[in-house]
Amino acid sequence: MEYSLEEVMETVRMTLYHNFDIRTVTLGINLKDCIHSDPGIFKSNVYDKVTGYGRRLIIEAGNLEDKYGIPIVNKRVSVTPVSLITEAHSSEVQFEIAKTLDRAAHDAGIDFIGGYGALVQKGMTKADARLVDSLPDVLSSTERVCAFLNVATTVSGMNMDAVIKLGNILKEISNRTENGIGCTKFAVFSNAPEDNPFMAGAFHGVGEPDFSLNIGISGPGVVRSVVEKNRNCDLTELSEIIKRTAFKITRAGELIGRELASNMDVPFGIVDISLASTTKVGDSVARIVELMGIERMGAPGSTAALALLIDAVKKGGAMASGNVGGLSGTFIPVSEDSCMNAAVKAGALSIEKLEALTSVCSVGLDMIAIPGDTPAETISAIIADELSIGVVNGKTTGVRLIPVPGKKAGDYVNFGGLLGETYIMEVNRFSPREFILRGGRMPGPITSMRN
Amino acid sequence: MTKNLVFITVIGKDQKGIIARVSNAVFKHNINIEDLNQKIMDGYFVMTMLADISDSIITIGELKKELAVIGTEMGLSIQIQHENIFKAMHRV
Repeated sequence: MEYSLEEVMETVRMTLYHNFDIRTVTLGINLKDCIHSDPGIFKSNVYDKVTGYGRRLIIEAGNLEDKYGIPIVNKRVSVTPVSLITEAHSSEVQFEIAKTLDRAAHDAGIDFIGGYGALVQKGMTKADARLVDSLPDVLSSTERVCAFLNVATTVSGMNMDAVIKLGNILKEISNRTENGIGCTKFAVFSNAPEDNPFMAGAFHGVGEPDFSLNIGISGPGVVRSVVEKNRNCDLTELSEIIKRTAFKITRAGELIGRELASNMDVPFGIVDISLASTTKVGDSVARIVELMGIERMGAPGSTAALALLIDAVKKGGAMASGNVGGLSGTFIPVSEDSCMNAAVKAGALSIEKLEALTSVCSVGLDMIAIPGDTPAETISAIIADELSIGVVNGKTTGVRLIPVPGKKAGDYVNFGGLLGETYIMEVNRFSPREFILRGGRMPGPITSMRN
Repeated sequence: MTKNLVFITVIGKDQKGIIARVSNAVFKHNINIEDLNQKIMDGYFVMTMLADISDSIITIGELKKELAVIGTEMGLSIQIQHENIFKAMHRV
């Protein structure tokens, strides 16, 4: 036999015992060709394109699950930023397009559709401003639509006028949805990638072709199991072991992504090698860090451990695929990762430590519940802090904060299902108000002048 | 004719008739067994069967369901996975 029993069983065991899967396949769809001056035709163009391809995505992904015996956990669609395709229409039509996307996702069997958003790092067009103002309406009246806003890039700096608005917008979304759950469907970015397959921030960028099939590799379970088996080796050796595992799971991701794209007759886009936690026990990035020898995620040493982990994943992933893209960092979402949440409860993990982690490899403050009475300008300031790390370091950072109405630090909230549960995190009580309300645009750093 | 190979893997408690039942299930759908390996690993019976499904009269999905029935009856975990995944993960 060309493969040894041990090799075959390594793959089989990963699937059976270590949650080996494909985390997401996300089909990016260009909607610019759906634009029409007649709102009725415009909406039906959007509906037909999304449902047509969405349904095929579900069928073809299901066939590959059978063929390879590997679950594909999420099948999703991302579209052209909606502000771009609704530029010539009213806010009513923009809202109806959001409802159309929601209905199309529902009818196609897609759980989340991304792209209700805009790129406003240097300023807003009228359509961008309408879209930002519509976020509370859209996120409280749709089920599957995910929204994003890119408010900063390394080249353009940060649009602080947009950041001011977001503090109030997040509070309004929160007040209009149960436990603020609408905020879980909205991400704000610096340097947002155009080919990110992960929600809530996925969108089909303007530099992309008509379609692009992007794939997110398996979650942390497989890496956790090898780290668990190697408790006593030094960090150089541990890095090598993680690298080899990342290589294997990325190869599997690339194989399935390419075959799925080919079966759907669309271009293959990228493999995103981020380790994405789920609420499943054993599928936690924080647990890997703890198995590396950190008592609790957030303790001193956590930043170094996470940096080593993701560096090894990147090196293994880059050898395995020539198409690494998307976010390809690490997600450490608090509510979606049971060990992160336990670390918050134990008092080991603060927002400030989470912010520090994003300076090495994490891609943002993700799924963090904060007290409902946090002032809007404090929310804006947390966003500004986090995005500054992205702007200055030339990397993507994002923020997904959930102010939970009526809850205080230490209280508990359950968002249900994939979104998980969490303790409300404490927010620094000193005010950034005067700084934030100055507004304007923070210029890009001098390191962005590369020409 | 190019081959279309899948690995059928069986894990569980050793008992009479495992190979017979799995072989019979693939044989009746015109699937050829190319190779077979078995071993006791960590106290469990482990078998890998390499099979060519290019002449199969059923799909991988249907075969998977049939094997799952045998698995449930005999208390075994039976997986079926196309060879490409092993090539991608274990061969550069």
